[in-house]
Order: sequence, then structure tokens, then C-alpha cells
Amino acid sequence: MGLLGLMLISIFAFFSLGAPILSPHDPYEFGPMEDVLIPPSREYLLGTDDVARDIYSQLLYGSRVSMIIGLVSAAISTVIGSTVGLISGYAGGKIDELVMRIVDIIMVIPGLPIMIVLAAILGPSIWNIMIVIGVLGWTGTSRIVRSQVLSVKERPYVEAARCIGASAPAIIFFEVLPNVVPIIFAQTMMGIAGAIYSEATLSFLGLGDPTHVSWGMMLHFAFSSGNMSTAWWWVVPPGVAIALMVLGFTFFGSALNEVLNPRYRHR
Amino acid sequence: MVSKKYIASKALTSFTTLFIVLVVNFLLFRVMPGDPGRMLIRDPRAGPDAIKRLEKQFGLDKPMHDQFYLYLRELSRGNLGLSFAYNKPVSKVILYRLPNTILLIGFSFIISTLIGILMGSIAGWKRGSKTDSAIFGFSLVATWLPSFWVGTMLLLVFGFWFRAFPIGGIITPAKVFNNIFERWRDILWHMTLPTLALLLWYVGEYVLLMRSSMLDVLTEDYMVTAKAKGLREFIILKDHALRNALLPVATLTMINLGYVVAGAIQCEIVFAWPGVGKLIYDSLMMRDYPLLQGAFLVISISVIIANFLADVLYSYLDPRVG
Repeated sequence: MGLLGLMLISIFAFFSLGAPILSPHDPYEFGPMEDVLIPPSREYLLGTDDVARDIYSQLLYGSRVSMIIGLVSAAISTVIGSTVGLISGYAGGKIDELVMRIVDIIMVIPGLPIMIVLAAILGPSIWNIMIVIGVLGWTGTSRIVRSQVLSVKERPYVEAARCIGASAPAIIFFEVLPNVVPIIFAQTMMGIAGAIYSEATLSFLGLGDPTHVSWGMMLHFAFSSGNMSTAWWWVVPPGVAIALMVLGFTFFGSALNEVLNPRYRHR
Repeated sequence: MVSKKYIASKALTSFTTLFIVLVVNFLLFRVMPGDPGRMLIRDPRAGPDAIKRLEKQFGLDKPMHDQFYLYLRELSRGNLGLSFAYNKPVSKVILYRLPNTILLIGFSFIISTLIGILMGSIAGWKRGSKTDSAIFGFSLVATWLPSFWVGTMLLLVFGFWFRAFPIGGIITPAKVFNNIFERWRDILWHMTLPTLALLLWYVGEYVLLMRSSMLDVLTEDYMVTAKAKGLREFIILKDHALRNALLPVATLTMINLGYVVAGAIQCEIVFAWPGVGKLIYDSLMMRDYPLLQGAFLVISISVIIANFLADVLYSYLDPRVG
């Protein structure tokens, strides 16, 4: 399953890197009037939309947006989540209790509505979307990292480091962090999947960056232009692409988790 | 027995969350780019005098903490402001739509919980089998298929191609019903596709939760004891495994309330279901910020309250908590 995930990720990475070479048309350029909404053909592999833009080329460029937003947002939430989890887990006591209380509070606030509100107010730009998704998505990571730190910090080598007088930041960075990196990595894969999903949802709601074509936005235009009932070639591919990319990262992430997480090992 | 301390601590968390949501909601629409005066008029021709007058009228010239106090006071009176698009109080617009959302969410939520628990326990009980892999694979895919896309596909196939179900709305417009049963039949008929789309989304999550919870329980010592006592497999499953495996699912249900809401928003939009989620979309399209703000507040408060109730309920279910 992990292998399948890795394959899917590689395929989409190839598409997003090679988009300019692989695309037969400019995804932003309006085609001639007579090419509006034509079904898949030799000229347009996946047909065209209501302003005669090539769906296939849009799909290729869309994988770039999903990849970039997924990677950057997940990077933001991984950094915040790991830092919080490391400090909270290592410090323990009152600090830990307070931090976990705050995490609990943030987890209760429903994610999609607050993302919608933030994206609507900040305005539609690819950077705002990355920041909104990244800043709201770190709570899960912080919890998992914290629980991992709790067990790692009791190990003899951490104690040894403490005995020779290493400072807390040094212990966290050199002794604890290397041992939680695999879990963080697996969690990041899941984070990428979640971020891609969130971006697609926000773009579907019309909150995407209009200067960058994305899969969610393709669906938004298909839906809002009222052509989704007839132009199946416009509706089906973006949805399948979102699902496959998200599944790729989830499969890979959960396979990693299964290998790395001691809780699942003896099952 | 549930301790008062546990409930008090949960209530404190809920109140803190509520307060933070209120502050966020207050700040978002003031600190962010575009000053409220401009946003209120939304007309570039409005002169500085007109804006000043409006700012005075809405108390925007007062210091921030006074504004926050005013905001809380009006909120406690149920005043959520005036919707630009509907030209009606936001609270009225939302209250009118809220029952529709509750109907759709409640219905799909109950069905999907039952199906999810059933499928999840079967998969966990028969782990490693073909049934397990089939259910597990289906759930993973179902959880990660975009809900709005699944809805669109259902609409495309059953609404437009087969014309088996209506393509949107909650009731056939301008239709006269002879009695309440005909009316409800029409509503249920409209509800079929949105419910199906939500079901597909929710069920996956529940199956995964139930399955992993079942796997946890199966390694417990009391399962060995039950087997050693020579109990029938069905009895072990029903009385020993299922009961204990259900507990974590109950907790995760409440953590997942936000997820439930997110699914409902997407489905309402695709199927033009006149609920609060559709209202969010409409307010986005019409740049109706007071309405967006109000809808966000109502959804957040509902989730916080539901969360608190679930916490309390859970401590009754599992005496080890609290």
C-alpha cells in the first residue's frame, strides 16, 4: 500500500514538474469560439471548458498548485506542531497541561468554517491559502509528537545527556528530535493530504487564487457556470485527480506510520 | 459516577473556546484589511462625511474595548447585525435555515454511525480477511474522496442522466400538498441524494475508527478470559468486544463534529439545500460579511455546545473518565 502511495506521488510530481512541456495548450488562454465545450477529441484530450480552454492542460497545471500548497502548508503546520509538541512534551507539568488545554480548545473550533472566513477576509491569493491551511492544521501533529516525546525523554541516553549538563534546548534538538523525526515525517505526509483536500474545498467554494488554475477551481467553474450536467469531461477528471493525489499521500503516510509506530507493530 | 470537577473543567474549556471564537469573530472583521466603514457602504462615491456619520451610527469611532463590549451586549440580545443581501436581521435569516441543516445532518449522521459501527466491527473482528481488506479499502477511499465531488457525481448520474431524483432544493417549488405525509415524502425524496453523499463521507471515517478501536480491544486480557471461559463467539463479540470498542468511537465522534459540519457545508452547496452551509456560500458570493460572520458564529457555538454535551455523556458511558 505504501508502494502504491509512493507511485501515485511520483506520477503527480512528474506531472507538476513537467506541466509546461507536457501540456499541449496554454491552460489560461481562451480558445476560439467554435471550440467551446467540446468533448474529448484528438485535439483536446479531455475536451474544453466554456471558454475553450484545454481541460488536460489545466489538469496538469492544477497538480502544480495542489503539490505546492500541500507541501508549503504541511511544512508550516509541521514546524508549528512539532515545536509545540517537543516543548510541551519535554517540559511536562504545568506548561504541558496549559499547552494541551490550548490545543484542545483549537481542536473544537470547526476547521472548514474558520478557513472559509479567513480566506474570504484575507482575499484570494495562493499565499494566503497556504498560510490559512498551515496555521490551522498543526494541532494533530503537536499531540502525536508530544506523546512520542513523553516516551523518548525517559530513555537512558536522554538522562545521560542531562547528567553531563546539556541544556534543555540542546537535549530537545540533539537527543529527542532525531528520535521523533520519523513520526513527524509520517505525520507530514498526512498533513499534505489534508492540505490538498482543504485547498480543493476552498477553491471549489470560489475562494481560490484566480491567477492559478487548480483542481478545486476547475470544479468551481464547472459548477457555477451551470455546465456540469452536460460536460462530464470537465467534472470527472479534477475530482479523480484530487482523490488520487490525496490517497497517494495518505497511503504512503499510513504505511510509514504502521512501520514506525510501535503501537501497531505487534498487531 | 461523574464528578462535578470533571464537568466543571469541561465547562471551563467550552467557555474559553466560546470566548476565543467571539474574540476572533470580532477582530476578524475589524483588524483585517478594508475598514468597516468602507465595507458598510461599499460605494466608492461615498464621501468622508458619509463614512464618518456611519461610523458614529455604528459605534465605530469608539475605542476597541468599548466596541467589543457593545458587540457582546448586542450578541446577548440575539442581534447579529443586518444582512446586506437579504436586508433582514442575520439572526432571522440563519434561524430560518437552521432546521434544514439539522434535519440533513441528523439524518445522515445517525444512519452513517450505525452502518459505520457495523462495518467497522466486522472488519476488526475478521481482521486480515478478504472482508476486512475490502471494507478497509472502501473506507479509506470514501473518506478521502472530496465530498463536494461525490455530491456532484451523484447529481450528474442520478439527477441529470437518470432523472431519478431532484437536482436540488428541499421541496418541489409551488407544489400543493394534500396532507403532511405528501409534504414529507417530497422532502425525503429531495433529501435522498444529499444524504447519500454525506453517508459515503461519514461512513468511511466511522469504519476506520471502529475498526482500530476493535483491534485495540481484541488484544485486551479480558478477551482472552472470555475465550477461555468457552463463551460463544457471538456473545464475546456482542458483550465483551463491541461494548468496550464503542467507547473510543464515542469520544472521537465529538472530536469529529467539525468534520461533520464541513461535509454538510459542501453537500448543501452542491444540492442547493437551503441550510446554513448554503448560506455561507451565498454570503461569500454576495460579499455579505455580516451574514458570513453570523453563520460562522452559529456553527461554532453549535459545535462547542454539542462537544460539551458529548463530553458529559461520555463520562456517564465510561466511569473510568472523570
